[in-house]
Amino acid sequence: MPILTRLAEHDRRPLRFMLDGRPCIGREGDTVLTAVLTEAERLRLSEFSGAPRAGFCLMGACQDCWIATETGECLRACTTFLAEGMRLLTDPGAAP
Amino acid sequence: MTASIRPVVVGAGPAGVRAAQTLVAAGLRPVVVDEAPAWGGQIYRQQPPGFTRPKRALYGFEVTRAKAVHAAMAAIRDRVDYRPHTLVWNAEGERLDLLSDGRAATLTYTHLILATGATDRVLPFPGWTTPGVYTLGGAQVALKFQGCGIGRRVAFLGTGPLLYLVAYQYARAGAAVAAVLDTAPFTAKLQAAPGMLRLPAVFAKGLWYLAWLKARGIPVRSGVRPLQVEGEARATGLLWREGTRERRVACDAVAFGYGLRSETQLADLLGCRFAFDALDRAYLPVRDAAGRTSVPHVYVAGDGAGVMGADAAERAGERAALALLQDIGTAVDGARALHLERELGRIQGFRRALERAFPVPADWAANVPDDLVICRCEEVRAGELRAATREAGAREMNRLKALTRVGMGRCQGRMCGTAAAEILAQACDTAPEAVGRLRGQPPVKPLPVALARHVEPEEVGR
Ligand code: FES
Repeated sequence: MPILTRLAEHDRRPLRFMLDGRPCIGREGDTVLTAVLTEAERLRLSEFSGAPRAGFCLMGACQDCWIATETGECLRACTTFLAEGMRLLTDPGAAP
Repeated sequence: MTASIRPVVVGAGPAGVRAAQTLVAAGLRPVVVDEAPAWGGQIYRQQPPGFTRPKRALYGFEVTRAKAVHAAMAAIRDRVDYRPHTLVWNAEGERLDLLSDGRAATLTYTHLILATGATDRVLPFPGWTTPGVYTLGGAQVALKFQGCGIGRRVAFLGTGPLLYLVAYQYARAGAAVAAVLDTAPFTAKLQAAPGMLRLPAVFAKGLWYLAWLKARGIPVRSGVRPLQVEGEARATGLLWREGTRERRVACDAVAFGYGLRSETQLADLLGCRFAFDALDRAYLPVRDAAGRTSVPHVYVAGDGAGVMGADAAERAGERAALALLQDIGTAVDGARALHLERELGRIQGFRRALERAFPVPADWAANVPDDLVICRCEEVRAGELRAATREAGAREMNRLKALTRVGMGRCQGRMCGTAAAEILAQACDTAPEAVGRLRGQPPVKPLPVALARHVEPEEVGR
């Protein structure tokens, strides 16, 4: 079960992206955090305990929402808008 | 004369917008640096283009002020140098280091108004790092900015006006509200009522949310103590204590917070003098009634200078801009300046009453278990903080940081600073002001590593 649930603003242009190798659909105007957490239960795993994390403040303050891309960049999910074709990984250490 | 003045406003919430508007009215062309994609700040945050909910639905009772702040900025849009999506990551001398869409720039100023706002004040409890647990402010952003709920069945916990407001907004938007759990005792509200009547409209709104929630059969409890968020991969329930009884509610998300804390890193980097503020239980930049800090030509306004709310922020933004104008020798309306200061004084009186109505739980630090993660960046536990005091004699926040890494992580202590100070003070059997404050360090927020390649100097006012 995803974390976030859409309550309004359903009629927006769909944007395709890949999450952990799986095709997903977000909407134009979604942050990366919204797009990922309406599909999944985490953004990343803690580098200390390995526990799942899904952001916390949603306003660019806590830095808990960084997510990796397949090309090895990191995005702050709550302040980055989703773009068509993004390829995101919640566990970049996992075997492909 | 004004040609040599290069004013910069950091932040475009109610304080920053009103400051910019006041400078523009006097013929200046300020740069307005805003981390958000559009002006409004957190409280009047605008939804992205393409979203269609009316402002009334987003801002409720605050819709008139939200519209006024949005319109004020729209009206001066071509007379300010507005930089959305831009982070100020360092401040030094009379220079700001900026980052915008991966590009770095520097910005020089002669006068600087910091209107940097606030974030939720966080007091951790077991399970608070579980997916599905967010700050109250974060829960509000999800709804206002993205049309999403943080879950299907949400429990709201903590204290402060935002607790009731966000619960109400969720219920209105169609989410199930599992419970509203206030750590403050109900008697605190009764005692604070006379003081809150200084701003009867604000007081009435608070009562109205409470009545609305209760009328819909939503459990609203006072004097609770959070025990645990259940669930591993995600939240599945919330346990709390009420008197001697333990209670539980099933939920798939929890929003919590204990009022707000000011964002003060830039004032710190610029060397502004700080003093402990008993009301905010935090160190804040010292400022005069107009917003002047101890550093010439640096001003603070709005919640970033001390939490007073959005209406105060508008007035403080205008007052700080008038101070700037006075300091460059521009004639200003003295009666207006005095009026703003009086209004701010009145709101401050109300704020005192609010703090009495929604006190931060005084027993929090004493009851924190040793294995509770306090710093979610580096996963530093309460027991490590206490051991640093016991075994290495840490009695001051920066010493504690050096020993345990608390406050050293990516958030720079924004989320853990309050909690760590309370735990250190309790472990040293002293007051929070005696343990000092975490010093800011650039970058105040993390930068992508590739950044250094793109640095190019840039001048303002072109
Ligand atoms: S969720 Fe806090 S910075 Fe993104």
